[in-house]
Amino acid sequence: MSHARQVAAGALAPAAGPGRDVGLPGGGRRRGIRGRFRGRSWVGWLFVAPALIVYAALVLRPLTMSIQYSFYDWNGIGAATWVGLDNYAEVFQDPSRLRALGNSFRLIFFYSFLSIAIGLVAATLTRSLASRWARAAQTALFLPQVVPLVGAGIAWTWLYASDGAINQILTAVGLESWTRPWLADFDLALPAVGVVGTWVLVGLCTMLLSTGMAKIDPALYDAARVDGAGPVQEFFAVTLPGVRAELAVCLTVTLIAALASFDVIYTMTLGGPGGATMVPGVDIYQLAFNQSRVGAASAMAVVLMALVLAVVVPLQYLVRERS
Amino acid sequence: MSNVRTSRSEAWTGRLILVVMVAFTLLPFVSMLSAALQEAGSNPTGLSVPSPAHPENFATAFTMARVPTLMGSSALLVLMVVPAALALATAAAYGISVLRVPGGRLVFLVFLMGLTIPFEGLITPLYYLMRDAGLLNTRPAIALPLIALYMPFGVFWMRAHFSGVPKELNEAASIDGAGPWRALRHVHLPLAKPALSTLAVLYSLWTWNQFLVALVMMDDPLRRTVAGALGAFQGQYGTDIVLLSAGALLIMLPTIVVFAVFQKQFVAALLQGSVKG
Repeated sequence: MSHARQVAAGALAPAAGPGRDVGLPGGGRRRGIRGRFRGRSWVGWLFVAPALIVYAALVLRPLTMSIQYSFYDWNGIGAATWVGLDNYAEVFQDPSRLRALGNSFRLIFFYSFLSIAIGLVAATLTRSLASRWARAAQTALFLPQVVPLVGAGIAWTWLYASDGAINQILTAVGLESWTRPWLADFDLALPAVGVVGTWVLVGLCTMLLSTGMAKIDPALYDAARVDGAGPVQEFFAVTLPGVRAELAVCLTVTLIAALASFDVIYTMTLGGPGGATMVPGVDIYQLAFNQSRVGAASAMAVVLMALVLAVVVPLQYLVRERS
Repeated sequence: MSNVRTSRSEAWTGRLILVVMVAFTLLPFVSMLSAALQEAGSNPTGLSVPSPAHPENFATAFTMARVPTLMGSSALLVLMVVPAALALATAAAYGISVLRVPGGRLVFLVFLMGLTIPFEGLITPLYYLMRDAGLLNTRPAIALPLIALYMPFGVFWMRAHFSGVPKELNEAASIDGAGPWRALRHVHLPLAKPALSTLAVLYSLWTWNQFLVALVMMDDPLRRTVAGALGAFQGQYGTDIVLLSAGALLIMLPTIVVFAVFQKQFVAALLQGSVKG
């Protein structure tokens, strides 16, 4: 999750402080002190260099290595054989690779769509609540953001077990025919782990959207009411446009969390049963570290990174255009 | 929000929704607690109030999960990662934003690009880099990659802070004859305290909860992060639901307590961490 949040911040970067940026062409204000700063600016590299060196060695270099590995067949120890685009062909042809990619898109429904939809409804309906209890309750919604996802995975595995609480509750309300070992069910295992994603993200989305709604000018609602707008029209005309930025953040965070999910799936199903919940992250891990197929793992890794970029960059443009 | 609009039914719907959401959020923890209090070695049932309760399961789990060792290991990793990551990111952002190094905009974009890289994308080469450096199964093999992987966010975060500091301040410092180092220490760092402490909260939380890097770099679960240890604990006791639940709750307890105590700071940090701009 942490990673997803990092990405979201990046997505909003261009909106963060345009104009106060580094590379602003030398305006009149700066000309006077320019000479004095020029000598100093090279000294500035002493401040930037350590971070850049660490970053280059342990992020940029592995990035190029991932790309390089993806063109080879390598077991991690012996000699590597050049195989050209074979590993990529596998990603887009092998049913288990394709299934992993497809599942990460299916998870978007639970991680992004459900979290944001519930978050919007909940934020709209709870915005008038201001008591101490309401605030304490909202804080509780953050708990899934704080505990390790592995812990969440363990807890949910137990909820979904044959003797677990979900089946117990279903039996109690007379839906005994629905009970099953959820994570062993070929059709329902993926939705089951998807709901965990909703559980993790819905609190964050609700709170983000709540803070966004609190910033909307009440006069806009009054105006809408004068125009005869009902609650639904009001929602689409005032609330939704008012939380555009927060929506973009929620969307970025949850999309990345879906595409790059690992901890929850690894803990709960390891991609099973029979690949029904396999996702790219777990696939990469197993290819690289269980099957010693470094090339295939790297091709999957490159595709995953490209996929995330393909999702984040357009969102970034949307935010930039609208704000 | 004008009060006129707030009908009573709306307030009650809101309360109801909130209660349902909180129940949904707490359900996994409650079901875990219920399992943890049932008879050791038994097949627990999902949600029940066990009578008699068996709180001694927690004592057993405390010993078997080696909770103090785990906490020590995670704390050590946080100490290895967070100060270094904070220092590097702050210095870089200061150089880019305040000292305006030539090429700084490009460097910033290169850092920003790193924000979009999922850890899974780099984990395989990082493993081989650490192996070749002879660092596998040592804590630096976890700490060094994390410092680097957290860098884009840190630089982005601190740059956002520094670009909000009035330029006149730096000019004044420079006219006073303060070098860039002194200006950073005596002028900029004191002002950066809130931004730095939020970043420290986020970095600590991410390190404590980091799973993938710990799993790959360290075979010994006792020298991993809390999340990594939890994964191993599940692998070992996955069939003993009572012990697993007690152990997992114990391992997560410190985070929950720290969160409960510093909830305001955490909520603010998590929200800002998403939106910062």
